[in-house]
Amino acid sequence: MTELNHLTAHELLDKLSKKEATAQAIQGALYTRIQKIDKKVKAYLRMDKLISSESIKTKAEEPGRNGFNLYGLPISIKDNICTQGFVTECCSKILQGFNPPYDATVINKLKEASAEIFPLKTNMDEFAFGSSTENSYFGATHNPWNLDCVPGGSSGGSAAAVASDEAIWALGSDTGGSIRQPASFCGVVGLKPTYGRVSRFGLIAFASSLDQIGPITKDVRDAAILSQIISGFDPKDSTSINQPVPEYTKSLGLDIKGLKFGIPKEYFVEGMDAEVKIIIQEAIAKLNTLGAFSHQVSLPHTEYAVPVYYIIATAEASSNLARFDGVQYGYRAKSDNLIQMYKKTRGEGFGDEAKRRIILGTFALSHGYYDAYYLRALKARTLIKQDFDKIFKDFDCIITPTCPTAAFKIGEKTKDPLKMYLSDIYTISVNLAGIPAISIPCGFTKGGLPVGLQIMAKAFNEEVLFRVAHAYEQNTQWHKLKPKL
Amino acid sequence: MAIDKKTVEYVAHLARIELQPIELERLSLQLDDIIGFIDKLSCLDAEQIKSASHILPVCNVLRDDEPHICLTPEKALENAPSKKGNFFSVPKIIE
Amino acid sequence: MKYQTVIGLEVHLQLKTKTKAFCSCAIDFGKTPNSSCCPVCLGFPGTLPVYNKEALNSAIKVALALDCQIQEHTKFDRKNYFYPDLPKNYQISQFDLPLSKNGFLNITTGGNSKRIGITRVHLEEDAGKLIHEADMSLVDFNRTGIPLLEIVSEPEISSPQEAFDYLTSLKSIIEYLDVSDCDMEKGSLRCDANISLRPEGVKELGIKTELKNMNSFKGVKDALTFEVIRQTELLINKSVMAQETRSWDAEKGATISMRSKEGAKDYRYFPDPDLGAFIIDQGQINNIKELLPELPQGKLKRFMINYALSEYDARILVSSKKDSEFAEECLKQYPEKDKKHIVNWLIGPLMSEAHARKINLHETGIDILELINLIGFVAREEISHLSAKSVLSQMLDSKKSALELINENNLLQISDTGELEQIILAVIQENTKSANDFKVGKTNALMYLVGQVMKKSSGKANPKTVQELIRRRLT
Ligand SMILES: [Mg+2]
Ligand SMILES: [Zn+2]
Repeated sequence: MTELNHLTAHELLDKLSKKEATAQAIQGALYTRIQKIDKKVKAYLRMDKLISSESIKTKAEEPGRNGFNLYGLPISIKDNICTQGFVTECCSKILQGFNPPYDATVINKLKEASAEIFPLKTNMDEFAFGSSTENSYFGATHNPWNLDCVPGGSSGGSAAAVASDEAIWALGSDTGGSIRQPASFCGVVGLKPTYGRVSRFGLIAFASSLDQIGPITKDVRDAAILSQIISGFDPKDSTSINQPVPEYTKSLGLDIKGLKFGIPKEYFVEGMDAEVKIIIQEAIAKLNTLGAFSHQVSLPHTEYAVPVYYIIATAEASSNLARFDGVQYGYRAKSDNLIQMYKKTRGEGFGDEAKRRIILGTFALSHGYYDAYYLRALKARTLIKQDFDKIFKDFDCIITPTCPTAAFKIGEKTKDPLKMYLSDIYTISVNLAGIPAISIPCGFTKGGLPVGLQIMAKAFNEEVLFRVAHAYEQNTQWHKLKPKL
Repeated sequence: MAIDKKTVEYVAHLARIELQPIELERLSLQLDDIIGFIDKLSCLDAEQIKSASHILPVCNVLRDDEPHICLTPEKALENAPSKKGNFFSVPKIIE
Repeated sequence: MKYQTVIGLEVHLQLKTKTKAFCSCAIDFGKTPNSSCCPVCLGFPGTLPVYNKEALNSAIKVALALDCQIQEHTKFDRKNYFYPDLPKNYQISQFDLPLSKNGFLNITTGGNSKRIGITRVHLEEDAGKLIHEADMSLVDFNRTGIPLLEIVSEPEISSPQEAFDYLTSLKSIIEYLDVSDCDMEKGSLRCDANISLRPEGVKELGIKTELKNMNSFKGVKDALTFEVIRQTELLINKSVMAQETRSWDAEKGATISMRSKEGAKDYRYFPDPDLGAFIIDQGQINNIKELLPELPQGKLKRFMINYALSEYDARILVSSKKDSEFAEECLKQYPEKDKKHIVNWLIGPLMSEAHARKINLHETGIDILELINLIGFVAREEISHLSAKSVLSQMLDSKKSALELINENNLLQISDTGELEQIILAVIQENTKSANDFKVGKTNALMYLVGQVMKKSSGKANPKTVQELIRRRLT
């Protein structure tokens, strides 16, 4: 019999409702799995908080208050989402011991649905700065498909935990691909919702105009369920949008006959791994056999996406991270002089990548450079968004690879930040344009590493993403394959 | 536009980040590399384009002037690295 | 060489909303440190700002009252600098798209009126409070996030007195709008001043000094006065002048150079991505305009027209909102068409009494009808003006009616000619020389004789009647 932790959330909900499983049994299976294999994967943080499976006490059964009932289902949370009662450190020394006196809005919504917030948080690049989960103060997470490889990042812990059945499902955050890229590297499903769809309240900000929280799951149905629970207007977030959330699961099972897909030529150029290219082309062919039409399109400003992103994201980050100064919370270096205390605290508290990005962002905003960098980047962002607007007038979705390559080796890109930045080349534009995109498993390299297919849609059209992703998934087996650990 | 060590040092000061000499050395080279790449943007003819400070389709988000319950001072200060009574405390301000 | 003084003022005004600008913490003064705080105003990670509707309304009121143009498209920016009273290490403020621009304030200075341009009125948030101890500084974030308005004037103020008058007029308008306590000593109104000198006739501005830490209108005036002298000396001696920030030390009566936190060019302003833009349409502006109360300028005109007051008198009465409301009540209840008497009593004796008691006109507690009664006694010449002033003072202390006090003090004037004739006769007999002088045309003598009668009647004689009777008798 399959262990409970191997199942998807919707399979477990089914079992729970039929009384074929208990909340305790599900958690027990997870704890056993984590104890057995997290030494190798290192998806979770603060393992000392893991209590033995015998002492697990689940709360009394209670249906959700917001129309969802996730009773008995634990969910794993990335370390940059504030959880009251659990330390939230963004995998940074500078937030050492931070115990938020509030829950993120997504956590509130999950609690209202009676979900169990898993007590261990998942690993990530410090402040979500990275594409490999190597920039964590707690050390790197390993890819369950090949422990020598990175799981992607920055939500590498969440993706690896879901892929290795150490989690039922998880939340990540995506600023430039931080959900989709690790989902792709780990062979799981990851969605970046439309900007404004999910409240950012309680998500420790990296780049406020780009960040979104989203699900990382074992299949598309789970992604649809979880998205629906966490989405919706939040009066505590001025950038959340007051629009009703459709019932996403209604999009599952619909055919995709007659849908029109744009294949941007700018995404199939040099730098792309030849094996990945073939796998993606096969996936597109598969979609066509299901009745969709695909045409080559052009997103002419794609080449500017990475530079624009690294200006806007770092500029916002430089200001968002100014608050980490050793006064109200977190780490403080010893000094009897305020300005030295600031400098030492931040010099010692931030890791290399954080310092690099804060300084780059400070530079982009500084006097004499603002117009050449920040302002110009805002303008280019408009152009990138317009590229998408134009395509979505005629096409339902845009289909691309999620990443130019499969997972790379741990340490392979740490010496060369620019090379690392370029691994986000296919995911970044989506954040700049504010549109939703999903990554689903679509094949494996000869080396046995998963490859992800990215589907993008216009703003607030997550439904079509679930519809297409589900149709593809139901006609393939990729999502059912499990890493051998 | 290249970035030199002096600029990096100045910007690090603005960002209140202490850099060890070896870090400054390495960072200057890396940033020069990154900015060289970012300079691709200067090819873009951006004169006529409106800058998108928000891509958001919403504006005029306001809340009612109704008070909520504040944190207790104990809770507010719970995470503080240093406090005195009900105050946060910081080292002397020497400028 | 003569120098011309150029002053621009930057006023920060705390809006008296119920809650803070970007979170729902109640604004409450004098409470335990860090008790009016929440994760948002403490700058905790992951928290987000949502702006206060009432603060925006109040801000629009102020901008309209200062005849500013409300900008259709406005947004918040972040002003980045590190300081422990600033929990996020940036202040949410406005940079290139402020709420409003290009207004003006009419001030009265030295008896003339002058229009001072208002560059902009923009929205921002207050910082916390620091208490400096010997070896550390303590931080209280209760004040953090209180909605502020920054009101920037054009450099069109040309003397310290004008700066004082500008602040007085500004405060008066804000009080009418009832959107701020406007109390400089309590910090709900704060003022920084930019001042420079230039040789008369020269167009370009001199090197300016920014003055900080004045905590009263008088402090602003004194600091500027000190600075005019200091800068004049530097210019005369051709000494090098630096653009700098100086702090006013009220005890020493001097400004002292201070090092600034971060140069203005290092603030790295950029649009706050946590807050969307605001589009304020004409309809909304019109709605608020309709709700605006009458402002000092309007009330001044109305007082002049409705009550036929002189501009001078009206200006005194309208300068404070509550005083003007009290004054208007008096004007309305005063039954005579000509309001001259009641106005003179308000800005004369009653105001002196109020000043002596260190209170405002509307706080004297006087019964308006009793005041009118008292004025009636004087108008009917039943008591002298002098006696009436003393009755007024007693009325404020005792709450007794005018008539009671007049009777108690036996102040009714003698207008009974029979009684007066007797006194006059006696006086003429005692002062034959003066009587003769008057007869031969020396009119001064008459006044002397009247004075003697007044003295003999212990001030109760009606001087007009006395004069008439003496004249009749001696001619
Ligand atoms: Mg200001
Ligand atoms: Zn608050």
